[in-house]
Amino acid sequence: MATSATHAGYAADNYLNHSRGLASWLFTLDHKRIGVMYLIGILTSFLVGGLLAMAIRAHLMAPDGALPLTNDQYNQVFTLHGAIMVFLFIIPSVPAALGNFLVPVMLGAKDVAFPRMNLGSFYLWCFGALFLVGALLSSGLDTGWTFYTPYSTTTDTSVVLATFGAFVLGFSSIFTGLNFIVTINTMRPPGMTWFRMPLFLWATYATSIIQVLATPVLGITLLLLIAERTMHIGIFDPEYNGDPVTYQHFFWFYSHPAVYIMILPGFGIISELISVHSHKGIFGYRFIAYSSIAIALLGFLVWGHHMFTSGMSNLTTIVFSALTFSVSIPSAIKVFNWLATMYKGSISLTTPMCYALSFLFLFTIGGLTGLFLGTLNTDLHLHDTYFIVSHFHYVMMGGTVVAFVGGLFHWWPKMFGRMYNEFWGRISAAIVFIGFNLTFFPQFILGSRGMPRRYATYDVEFQGLHQMSSIGAFLLGFGLLVAGLTLLHALFKGKLAPSNPWGGATLEWHCSSPPPHYNFAHAPVVGDPYEFDHIDYDRSIDGYVFTSPPREVLPKTPQAEPATAKDSHS
Amino acid sequence: MATTEALPHDATAEDHDHGDHPAFLAHHFDTPEQQFDSGKLGIWLFLVTEVMMFSGLFCAYAIYRAMRPEVFVGSSVFLNTQLGAVNTGVLLFSSLTMAWAVRCAQLEQHRMLVGMLGATLGCASLFLGVKSIEYSHKMDLGLLPAGFYSYDPHAVHHHEGLSPFLIWMAAPFAIATIGLLVWYVIAKVRKNAFQSLVAGPLLAAGLSFFAGVGLGMLLESGESTEGVEHVSESAEESLAEIGPLVGEEEGIHRQDPVEPTGVEPIDAADAENEPAVARATGVVGQLAQQETNSGVRQQLLAEERQAEMASGRITTSAEDVTGPVGELVQAIDTPRLGGVFFSIYYCITGLHAFHILVGMGFLTWLIVRAARREFESNYFGPVDYVGLYWHIVDLIWIYVFPLLYLIR
Ligand SMILES: [Cu+2]
Repeated sequence: MATSATHAGYAADNYLNHSRGLASWLFTLDHKRIGVMYLIGILTSFLVGGLLAMAIRAHLMAPDGALPLTNDQYNQVFTLHGAIMVFLFIIPSVPAALGNFLVPVMLGAKDVAFPRMNLGSFYLWCFGALFLVGALLSSGLDTGWTFYTPYSTTTDTSVVLATFGAFVLGFSSIFTGLNFIVTINTMRPPGMTWFRMPLFLWATYATSIIQVLATPVLGITLLLLIAERTMHIGIFDPEYNGDPVTYQHFFWFYSHPAVYIMILPGFGIISELISVHSHKGIFGYRFIAYSSIAIALLGFLVWGHHMFTSGMSNLTTIVFSALTFSVSIPSAIKVFNWLATMYKGSISLTTPMCYALSFLFLFTIGGLTGLFLGTLNTDLHLHDTYFIVSHFHYVMMGGTVVAFVGGLFHWWPKMFGRMYNEFWGRISAAIVFIGFNLTFFPQFILGSRGMPRRYATYDVEFQGLHQMSSIGAFLLGFGLLVAGLTLLHALFKGKLAPSNPWGGATLEWHCSSPPPHYNFAHAPVVGDPYEFDHIDYDRSIDGYVFTSPPREVLPKTPQAEPATAKDSHS
Repeated sequence: MATTEALPHDATAEDHDHGDHPAFLAHHFDTPEQQFDSGKLGIWLFLVTEVMMFSGLFCAYAIYRAMRPEVFVGSSVFLNTQLGAVNTGVLLFSSLTMAWAVRCAQLEQHRMLVGMLGATLGCASLFLGVKSIEYSHKMDLGLLPAGFYSYDPHAVHHHEGLSPFLIWMAAPFAIATIGLLVWYVIAKVRKNAFQSLVAGPLLAAGLSFFAGVGLGMLLESGESTEGVEHVSESAEESLAEIGPLVGEEEGIHRQDPVEPTGVEPIDAADAENEPAVARATGVVGQLAQQETNSGVRQQLLAEERQAEMASGRITTSAEDVTGPVGELVQAIDTPRLGGVFFSIYYCITGLHAFHILVGMGFLTWLIVRAARREFESNYFGPVDYVGLYWHIVDLIWIYVFPLLYLIR
């Protein structure tokens, strides 16, 4: 294991086969196995949510609905699509699945700070998922994923089950975030200062701050909603002198920051992908790091932009609109820095890089269309139309999901020790990119022409654009299927992966693929995470090796400062 | 504290993993300091989440207090300040014993540690005993959340015997106390020192619940013969005093663009008419003047109707108002307003009581571990963490008490 840099890097004794049997997985405290279990869980949710999306788009092929769904059933389908995608898939996707696997390895640590809490939060996730599925099986849910009162207090569907599920999932998310903050604070190896951390860790840290600060508010909101339905406490329900707008304030106080729980880890992945596959140090490291924190903090001040039409005072809406624009500054800083990183880099158009490039394109469109929604006068026109649907899919799906899939392709060799077929990987990236734009670009036009969201039927004049969108959705689904099959095929038939297939410099590429049970036999020496000068391609193993001698062995006498500490970031 | 996987470590991990790795140090930490610091940061972050969670409730309190100050003034009269004060004192004292327990753990005074943890647990139990009297008393009067609110000031009847609500709340504690008594006696008879060291404090805690119940009854009954009537009268008075003001204040507290100049009962004709539209000023008002802009007009009318209805002072009958919102009118009745206060009261104190219960679970776990003498001068983290948790629960009560009981 210690000589991983010189041979192919596949470890015979790794975390996957370190112990055997189902119980060794279900009761494991190993962050890598927990990450893999999360991965299985969220990918299953993604499949279910995706099939529901296909049903929505199929139904919208015809103005009166192409599938034999009643309008009520349609309401349930889009509600479950939203609830499953948001609570079960996107929020835990990058932090809980990839993050669990990567954070300790990138830190050179053996595990996260609280391994049992980590396993506990996975079981909380399962428990919450059971409740959501229970809601699906009992009497469905038709409130939309936002559970707005007063409809959610009057509908006959199983709001209590679903909100309790979301409440439990919230705690799963809180514990994950808490674990990562503590891990990053207390378990960084000697030599890894805050500004020597990989940017993925910065993004994870910023995400965790939001998880810890915002999710409890969702928890209390959902508890009050449950109390409202069961005891009519009259806080949100106008029938008992409550105020529905208060619910919206409470809900969006969490759910706007939750948007950044979803997208910030995606930013982290993209920072790694762009730098590694351009083989060039990241441009503006500190700006990217600080902008993650800035987004996390500013994200708490802008929730009112979801409620411009809900009856807030004019002054309030103006303030929220202005604050909303401020978030675009750190977001744009990131995009410019990624572009500058690629400039004059030697870009390898690998599968992860293809996904990263399509992220840049899609996220930029998603971000820019957000400006129309943050502007008060245009928002009055675009509110609750397909424009907003398209906008947040460009950010959530084109941003987070594309980054997540790109990250999966990037770290798949590390996680499972197998290479996938590059050709099919790139094909999947191309199909996803085309399918995505075909699905959602027409929706901008639909929305600006006045097509409301969440409607089961529509006027005939919209049919052409709706059909385009549906065909795009099927293409997108097909592209993701290709991506999934490529990865699955790699698991069984892929050739063994070298320990550093892409030439990355962060610590996870220093241990074998897949990592051994305790990640590192000896504490790794920390260098600059974006310093690619001493990484050379080795044709014999089809991977990269570290050529800088000081990094291979730990000095016998600990130095006050690692040999490479003098290299400074720009 | 080591990993549950009872598999041998591989040879390379062995040589630096063990050696001076004490039993309490988890495998993935290098030093006890690192483990302690991680736990400490973790519990502080957890306390942040607790504060955020309660701040949602405090926000709801602030919003509804600002919207309906008269309801809060009128309803908080029903809360028994004496009981609240007793509970505040009990919790403050328990924070002292908890902090003392942390010190005992650091100094390795094992018996003293068990005693201090037991005292904290007893205080928690006493608190809940008093609380159960408060709750059951209000439930008997029908002072319940808005949906079940059934208080009638003219029909206050005195309950003979025990309140059924009290019986439900006390039953689990009674069963637990009897169980603990049996366990304690058996442990004593068998001369099992460890078991009697654990069962003793737990039994004392169980009994102190009933001490709390007794204390609560004493303080509550001192007031109840003439007190309840007195309380309800003063509540009625304050409602009556402030009642007429509500209409005028309404305009200030609603932040609608409508800016209603005063609340007049709407009748059927009004609902279709233009006053809301005519009164609306600013850009919205100008937009609403245009016949074509039906959306803004509808919105203004709806907002006005909502403002009327939320004030609970609608005098029209349901038939006069059309639409789904109108059908709700029958359900709205002025006394229900008090329900909003009691909703918030039960939510805040209920969530707080739940935290007390969770804390009691933690304390019991600590008592067992302390009796096993697991804590020592360089391993007392769990006592410290539970202590911090206990202090935040105490601190939250320090805010709840004045906000609900004292501010009039
Ligand atoms: Cu938002």
